[in-house]
Amino acid sequence: MSTEGIGIDRWHPHAFNAIQSLAVRYGLGIALIIVWEYAARKAGSIFFPPPSEILHRAVTLWLSGPPSRLFLSGSVFQDVIPSLLRLLGGWALAVLVGVPFGILIGRSRSLSDFLNPALQFLRAIPGPALIPVFIILLGTESTMRVTLIAFGCVWPILLNTIEGTRTVDPVQLDTVKAFRIPRHARLWRIVLPAAMPKIFAGMRVSLSLAVILMVVSELAASTSGIGYRIQNAQIMFLLTDMWCGIVLLALIGYTLNWLFLKFEKRVLGWHRGARGRTATS
Amino acid sequence: MSDLSGAADPRAGFGRSRLFTGPNLLSRAATTLRVGLGIFAFFLILEFVTRLELVPPVYLPRASTVVRRMVELLQDPKFLGHVLATLHAWAVGLALATLISVPIGILIGTSELSYKMTSPLIEFMRPIPSVALIPLGILLWGQGFSMKIILVAYAATWPILFNTVYGVHDVDPIAVQTARCFGLKQSAILRRICLPSAAPFIFTGIRISAAIALIVVVGAELLASADSGIGSYILFVSLNGGQMDSVLAGAAIAGIIGAMINSALGLIDRRFFGWRYLGTLPS
Amino acid sequence: MLSVERLHHAYAPEQLVAANITFDVKPGEIVSIVGPSGCGKTTLLKALAGLLKPTGGTIRFQGKVVQGIPDGLAIVFQEYGRSLLPWTTVNGNIELPLRYQPITSAECRRRIVESLKAVNLTGCGELYPWQLSGGMQQRVAIARALAYQPKLLLMDEPFASLDAQTRADLEDLVAAVRDQFGITIVLVTHDIDESVYLSDRVIVLSHSPSSILAQVNVGLPRPRDQIQTKATQQFVEKRSEIAQMIRRPVGREAHR
Repeated sequence: MSTEGIGIDRWHPHAFNAIQSLAVRYGLGIALIIVWEYAARKAGSIFFPPPSEILHRAVTLWLSGPPSRLFLSGSVFQDVIPSLLRLLGGWALAVLVGVPFGILIGRSRSLSDFLNPALQFLRAIPGPALIPVFIILLGTESTMRVTLIAFGCVWPILLNTIEGTRTVDPVQLDTVKAFRIPRHARLWRIVLPAAMPKIFAGMRVSLSLAVILMVVSELAASTSGIGYRIQNAQIMFLLTDMWCGIVLLALIGYTLNWLFLKFEKRVLGWHRGARGRTATS
Repeated sequence: MSDLSGAADPRAGFGRSRLFTGPNLLSRAATTLRVGLGIFAFFLILEFVTRLELVPPVYLPRASTVVRRMVELLQDPKFLGHVLATLHAWAVGLALATLISVPIGILIGTSELSYKMTSPLIEFMRPIPSVALIPLGILLWGQGFSMKIILVAYAATWPILFNTVYGVHDVDPIAVQTARCFGLKQSAILRRICLPSAAPFIFTGIRISAAIALIVVVGAELLASADSGIGSYILFVSLNGGQMDSVLAGAAIAGIIGAMINSALGLIDRRFFGWRYLGTLPS
Repeated sequence: MLSVERLHHAYAPEQLVAANITFDVKPGEIVSIVGPSGCGKTTLLKALAGLLKPTGGTIRFQGKVVQGIPDGLAIVFQEYGRSLLPWTTVNGNIELPLRYQPITSAECRRRIVESLKAVNLTGCGELYPWQLSGGMQQRVAIARALAYQPKLLLMDEPFASLDAQTRADLEDLVAAVRDQFGITIVLVTHDIDESVYLSDRVIVLSHSPSSILAQVNVGLPRPRDQIQTKATQQFVEKRSEIAQMIRRPVGREAHR
């Protein structure tokens, strides 16, 4: 909120503020990219190509197709889209299994206490450790990938759903009991909405886990996918290609997270409002 | 207002007293028994399913076989060496990440400007799957210990940094104002208000990072055919055919280690930071 | 309307909370239950509502023994913030119990409008609970109870979490509601002034394990006014009488 300066802020206060906030938000990132560009060119190491080269290569790899296909090249359809589909498919499967079971288990305090140790164990198994198991049992194609992703992602969702179902506010439960609202309605209209914030937290954690598992499952014995391309590039010593893959994964991870947060904001708008209120009152 | 619906009061005895009061010794024994029964029942179900032989037992051996192999492995000094190697890399990477992220996070969190400038960057870097850097890591640092700890440290940095920044930034302004009224200097405010208030969040970041670090280290060992570690052991036995019991045993032991780490960190969390649940609504 | 006989409740063998409580509530009455903090007033209310099964004694509501939650009863809790559902609007909150009643949707809508009018919140229907102040939230809770058209309204320290001004307004609202709808009201409170101001009769409980110390008929003329009624001699006398009863055991202990 500076009021000194050459007076641009007085003439066009909105524009000045906008520029200022943009600069603050993106300034550091842009500065780092410029530094990287300069340092990489100077050092000339093949391991760290300059961003301009990465961008150029990325365009060649993915955006050199015909206009009819939005300029996307064949490799996008061969690798990127199938990877994304597997990722989302595995995650969605985990949600479809984890949430209903989580509610079922969470409703019974003794059952959830009883199952908890086993679930904590299953959740703690590092995904990569199971890759050989899944390869041997399910081969190396999409089935294995999707199953691995789903298996890894279901535990955070399940555990968070159980937790959310268990910690429904007892005052709310007493209220609906007192108004003689029938059991099935209690589940649907009170338990589920009350557990939503925790369920969404579990879904968010699972989403980043899904990205990790997708990459990991494709780095091992696969013939297509983003991870495969990165590994292939490593074997063939195509450093720039490898970096393109890494940057792509960064973009995918970031975008998915951002999309999910937007979705969460819409569905759980009431939660932010309610929590914001208790924080200030 | 007393809550009569049977929900356990999270405020019951925080700190050391929590271990011995509230739920008394008898109910603690009951809890342990229940945990044991739960694990045993889980094992029974697995045993039953695997005996059904929906899949040929050479691909999916019986649960009892796997458990037997687990016991054998845990007595095998070579395997224990692998476990130690994994834990070593995990611990060093995690420690590095903490040592780097916490001070930087505190610095960023306390300055409003640097907070605004670095948040978008952290938000962007955080969701990058560090396993994607394994191929790069192999090229740069080989397949040994250094590669592992660098990758683990990289992966573990982001959740800790993120949590530290937000923990320090979101200190209750009323607490800070109260301290100012009492004449505390900025450094004292930082030490006595901001840091203790942020500590639970920082620790949560460490817990999250601990889990991610384990995934990254085992993943790196497996995918980079490292020379030691649980991941490399699993890779080795899976390539040498017909040893599914060892493969599963290795994965199960990794899971147990992960669960134990998680439990231990949870205990520390409740012991030192149980106070954060005081005065909050059950939700 | 309501008859309680020798009610007694213990959470655990050594934790007796209420002992030998017997009283009646006639239709259309406002009865307050006062007592020192922690004496088991809430336990008593939850037992009356059927949310809690007492370890001894009988409760009869409209002649029938209470087992589980009886029909025709509504509760307003102290923690309005936790009792209202945050994910739905004011209208949604009021409508929820009505959904499972055998009434048409037109009747449902009519009741919502009427109850909001009775609590002076017309026009707030599409707001979310967190967008309202504490007093308004509690009024929504009252409106929800009213729309349900109960025979008996139980209130558990409903105004304890509100500021004095709001409390005064809501006390008058409760009195007006009783006059308008003829509901029987049982109100648990620790505020002696409130109990005398609002009720026809005050039941005074002792320290835990609580038993009935006395039942005081208030007998003040209606309609009552916050300023004038509270300045009358009769109000001050009743108030002191009850205060003495509650405070006396504390005095006794202080002299030990």
